[in-house]
Amino acid sequence: MAGHISPKSTYYAVFAALMIGTAITVAVAFVNLGSFNFPVAIGIAITKATLVILFFMHAKYSSQLTKLFVGTAFFFLVILLGLSLTDYLSRGMKTYPGGAAGAGYGVRTETPADQTRGREEAGAARTEH
Amino acid sequence: MSDAITAHAESHGTHAAHHHDLQHHFDSLEQQHEAATLGMWLFLITEVLFFGGLFLAYMLYRIWYPVAWAEASRELDIVLGAFNTAVLIGSSLTMAFAVRAAQTGKQRATVVWILMTMALGLVFLIVKYFEYKEKFEHHHVPGPNFMFEGPQAGPAQIYFSLYFLMTGLHATHMIIGFFIMAVIAWMAHKKRFSPEWYTPVEISGLYWHFVDIVWIFLFPLLYLVDRAGHFA
Repeated sequence: MAGHISPKSTYYAVFAALMIGTAITVAVAFVNLGSFNFPVAIGIAITKATLVILFFMHAKYSSQLTKLFVGTAFFFLVILLGLSLTDYLSRGMKTYPGGAAGAGYGVRTETPADQTRGREEAGAARTEH
Repeated sequence: MSDAITAHAESHGTHAAHHHDLQHHFDSLEQQHEAATLGMWLFLITEVLFFGGLFLAYMLYRIWYPVAWAEASRELDIVLGAFNTAVLIGSSLTMAFAVRAAQTGKQRATVVWILMTMALGLVFLIVKYFEYKEKFEHHHVPGPNFMFEGPQAGPAQIYFSLYFLMTGLHATHMIIGFFIMAVIAWMAHKKRFSPEWYTPVEISGLYWHFVDIVWIFLFPLLYLVDRAGHFA
């Protein structure tokens, strides 16, 4: 029942790609890309994780059912993170007339501290800022 | 009772050539291996969501307190973090080779590769110990003795709470993985595996790689926040 046996060269190639990815993510962190630093870092991490799953964890050579299970993990993770963030990221939009653009910040969210201070005072503080 | 035993013996008789690692409720070793793999992935799905909750908390507080995240993140040692990332990736490579050795029936090599995986895991934990020690010395551990310069002290404490929760939970997984590997190494040493049956090596490997993946995300999220100085 030996399953798929990958050649050693595949594992060395994946290892090299993961190390290069680590080097790139460290180097890029010191370059000011503004709000793009975060998506770039996450993009590299997702790429590295995909390589590990496909080759080290043999997902590429697994049955369709196993692949479905692997996909399920990410399906639920996307629901957890995605749906939660649509709430939190959109809270700031409601606060300002004209939505996020009206706030002049792009998307803003309220901190718990803002909420305890009260909406009006928080609004005033932002105007001064 | 005796009938049941007789029936049992007869069922053995009909499967004269069956492998001694094949359990009775499976038709074949392939099916048994597939079931074990699916079971492990099912467990890993719950693990993804276990860590996922912490990643969500991290995301929300990072969105709320970007400046505190930038300042607190700079307190972490990027060299040690990058070194540990390389160590864990290396341990995934040795783990992949351990599974490959088991697949090809090289018992001796399986033991050696697993011992190397354990050694790299230990290096990771030792480095983590010194990082934690430094946090205690600098009063960066959340609690009554927490200290952080400047107006970001409050949210910085939230950052360090998440830092310790996420890396602590990850380190706990590493420690558990270390002992799992010790058992697998022992089984390989006892020549328990064959190219027909190496399922324990494969599925404990899945666990080890998963723990590696968690760190692949923890490293940029905790160590590499705003190193370019966008927020300060």
